[in-house]
Amino acid sequence: MNIEEKLLEGHKRACARLISMLENNDKEAIDLIKKLYNRTGNTYVIGITGSPGSGKSTLTDRLTKELRKKNKKIGILAIDPTSPFTGGAILGDRIRMNDLALDKEVFIRSMGTRGSLGGISRATWSAVKVLDIYGCDYIFIETVGVGQSEIDIVKMADTVLMVTTPNTGDDIQAIKAGIMEIADVFAINKSDLDGADKTKMEIEMNLDLNEKKDYRAPVIKVSAIKNEGIDELVKKLEEHRNYLENNNRLEERRTRNNKLQLLKLVENELMEIIVERSVKEDLLDNLSKQITLGTIDPYSAKDKIIELIR
Amino acid sequence: MDRPIRVLVAKPGLDGHDRGAKVIARALRDAGMEVIYTGLRQTPEQIVAAAVQEDADVVALSVLSGAHNHLFPKVVNLLKDEGVDDCLVIGGGVIPEDDIQGLIEAGVEAIYTPGSSTKDIVGYIETHLKRK
Amino acid sequence: MFDDNKLNELSKNFDSWNKNKVEKAISRFPERKEEFTTGSGDKVKRLYTPLDTADIEYNEDLGFPGEYPYTRGVQPTMYRGRLWTMRQYAGFGNAEESNARYKYLLEQGQTGLSIAFDLPTQIGYDSDNPISEGEVGKVGVAIDSLKDMEILFDGIPLDKVSTSMTINAPASILLAMYIAVAEKQGVTADKLNGTIQNDILKEYIARGTYIYPPEPSMRLITNIFEYCSKEVPKWNTISISGYHIREAGSTAVQEVAFTLADGIAYVDAAIDAGLDVDEFAPRLSFFFNSHNDLLEEVAKFRAARRLWAKIMKDRFKAKDPKSMALKFHTQTAGSTLTAQQPDNNIVRVAIQTLAAVLGGTQSLHTNSRDEALALPTEDSVRIALRTQQIAAYESGISETIDPLAGSYYIESLTDRIEEEASKYIETIDNLGGAPKAIANGYIQKEIQNAAYQHQMAVENNEKVVVGVNKFVVEEEGKKDLLKVDPAVEASQREKLSKLRAERDNELVDNTLNTLKSKAATDANLMPYIIDAVMAYATLGEICDVLREVFGEYEQTVIL
Repeated sequence: MNIEEKLLEGHKRACARLISMLENNDKEAIDLIKKLYNRTGNTYVIGITGSPGSGKSTLTDRLTKELRKKNKKIGILAIDPTSPFTGGAILGDRIRMNDLALDKEVFIRSMGTRGSLGGISRATWSAVKVLDIYGCDYIFIETVGVGQSEIDIVKMADTVLMVTTPNTGDDIQAIKAGIMEIADVFAINKSDLDGADKTKMEIEMNLDLNEKKDYRAPVIKVSAIKNEGIDELVKKLEEHRNYLENNNRLEERRTRNNKLQLLKLVENELMEIIVERSVKEDLLDNLSKQITLGTIDPYSAKDKIIELIR
Repeated sequence: MDRPIRVLVAKPGLDGHDRGAKVIARALRDAGMEVIYTGLRQTPEQIVAAAVQEDADVVALSVLSGAHNHLFPKVVNLLKDEGVDDCLVIGGGVIPEDDIQGLIEAGVEAIYTPGSSTKDIVGYIETHLKRK
Repeated sequence: MFDDNKLNELSKNFDSWNKNKVEKAISRFPERKEEFTTGSGDKVKRLYTPLDTADIEYNEDLGFPGEYPYTRGVQPTMYRGRLWTMRQYAGFGNAEESNARYKYLLEQGQTGLSIAFDLPTQIGYDSDNPISEGEVGKVGVAIDSLKDMEILFDGIPLDKVSTSMTINAPASILLAMYIAVAEKQGVTADKLNGTIQNDILKEYIARGTYIYPPEPSMRLITNIFEYCSKEVPKWNTISISGYHIREAGSTAVQEVAFTLADGIAYVDAAIDAGLDVDEFAPRLSFFFNSHNDLLEEVAKFRAARRLWAKIMKDRFKAKDPKSMALKFHTQTAGSTLTAQQPDNNIVRVAIQTLAAVLGGTQSLHTNSRDEALALPTEDSVRIALRTQQIAAYESGISETIDPLAGSYYIESLTDRIEEEASKYIETIDNLGGAPKAIANGYIQKEIQNAAYQHQMAVENNEKVVVGVNKFVVEEEGKKDLLKVDPAVEASQREKLSKLRAERDNELVDNTLNTLKSKAATDANLMPYIIDAVMAYATLGEICDVLREVFGEYEQTVIL
């Protein structure tokens, strides 16, 4: 299969294979992205985050269906945690999106976070680029809003949608996790349950505390299951986009995001080099043991490791 | 291979018995694989579309309703139609001995009946991947 | 039941037995395992004595058969009066073939019918729906319209047999068809005997043949309760099923707990719908699994009866004793059957039969030896039925009531199962009841964990499954299995297109439109469903109309 040709023709299989190759840091695939990078920049990325059980996947499904009415081509990256013990993962977000599987203009990919070292940021960023080249108008990145690496993923989005549910204390978790500050739109899902108004009020009160920007994140009540409030939510997402697109803010945000992702990319590769080299020489283990025994101090040990890449 | 094996675990047809599929899904995860689980009542078309988009190394099908002779080969053929030639397809369920040979000839590479061990399935997948 | 002095003496004797006899014996011959457990993984002691049953008050905890708390059985004479109903679940292919199988089973001495429907019927699709491809007639009989139902019961007098139908999401439609067939036979609805499964909650939990979301599904169920209490008074309107929960891998305790939690949810829903508890509760019935651990299963059935009686009396303030008596059907555990050395399954089923009968079941289906391989052949079904008949007529276990009562082990196990199941029910109450505990995946997760642990225990040889991980032989695949004729699908389709051409389509549309508009109100839908059925609207058409109003359920999967 000529991946380049097929990707540009819009074949899903080429798109899927290229994402896999990039997930595995394949050099050929990286070269292809370098070559095709001038074709990117036509997509709009929406990060969707919220705790497990908040209904993110169903909401992503409904948002996609709403945007399909406007004939937009959609990419979805659904990210689930990898087990730190086995390296395996169960990726189950598609269950909520099975209706979309056969839509020619929708591409859904499930990804595992695959351990540490920011690998998932790199893989997600790459997948976004592939879907951009593939021609998606919108890309949804859906991930559980816990843990730094997941928050980093969300930070590659143009618009961040935070999904919460009534009375679950999610909002408090979000404040702790620092997601409140990066959310551009809030959706209170399952809003037919008791307490939706109270949750809305709590979020609004928190937003009041942060009132210094010229944009205030809207808080929308929706029910993904009952397909209620979805059109309004899309409208709010578009309003945020319009806000960014005026006055160069989108370029600013993307540059800020890219800086973060670029640093991650560099950090990731540096760490890989360091780990690889220090493992080869048993350096990491030796130095760690010496620190324990008191025969070396941590700072001198660090210097020895940095030596490896100087 | 240092990347995780990606397995799509799917229940084609209308059968709702997912104990086996879920046990397999967990066992494959515990063996370090990435398992994409698609839930009940999937058409062969949906399963193949998912396998393509997920770039699955393996499609593992489970049917206990007796509809395997219809559903399994359909998945295999649709994969072929999509040009997917490097995906391993395996199946499990209440499958009579008489049907197994036919399913294997149709391109399902291994069939697991009740009492199969998840270790055997993990081992089979690890040694029979078509894509390295 | 013993006085304190005697118990003290016993306790001393027990200690000295442990010291003088057991420890010595173990030092010479260690026991086979460090810890012994029930089939569900609960710890089993070396010996049970009156010390383990000292807290039991006979009058309060056991009582007499046919009296609260029904621990010893729901009827005063149990099998001395009438044996349990031998009811083999059957159905495959088209209505003609299944009709022939039912007549055969009745000739063989079976005393009730149990109808298996194919998956399209169970999920409310007609045989000509593309989604039904490959499934028509496979796990049961295909029923598309009243026409099929007329053939299915042709020559079977509905005032003479009792019929159990394993149908859930579209239960109201199949019940409507049954009532309609009876009417055509000249049998009025008040003469009809039987059961519909009608238990949607366990479909969400374990079996997967749901259609609508919980709210409208519960409404359809309470509609049936209400309708039958007036029109079909002898009908068991629901069979609250632990069977499939156990098959999905639960423990015995979980089976009792989750089934009774579902039961509580149905009673709550009916009371919320304005029904009086004693109006419908006597028609509630249950359906349990009979597994391999004979003694644990007997204790399970007894515990379930006692716990339900208490729930009905204390929680729901039922007055009618019939509301408190837990009647149940049992099926032997399909998941214990092995594809390896399939004849061994006959023995497993025999043990499970003993458990069900010693546990006081009202009716029983025994699985056939070849069911891990395919649908059973006629020969295999006959052996399965004979197993029940041998238990009934030769084993002697049906001659006295609840013969294992008073066993120190059985009574202490009955207590423990009741206690642990009560704890689960409390947890579910705290989560807001069974529907909520299903919506957030709690119940499914508990079952899956148990299923996974069981599988791993078998794979690590901690649990022996004869013929699978021990005593394995090389064997030829079994050949003479039942095959469903693939032509069934085509012939069903043909029948459907003929029906659609011949029936009064205007009448069909009218009845469907009325049903649709009534579905959007609070009306009891049974009469409108009966009208649609009588007009020969198909099952799929009726379900679709309701899909438009109710929407469809989306599965909660937590792995």
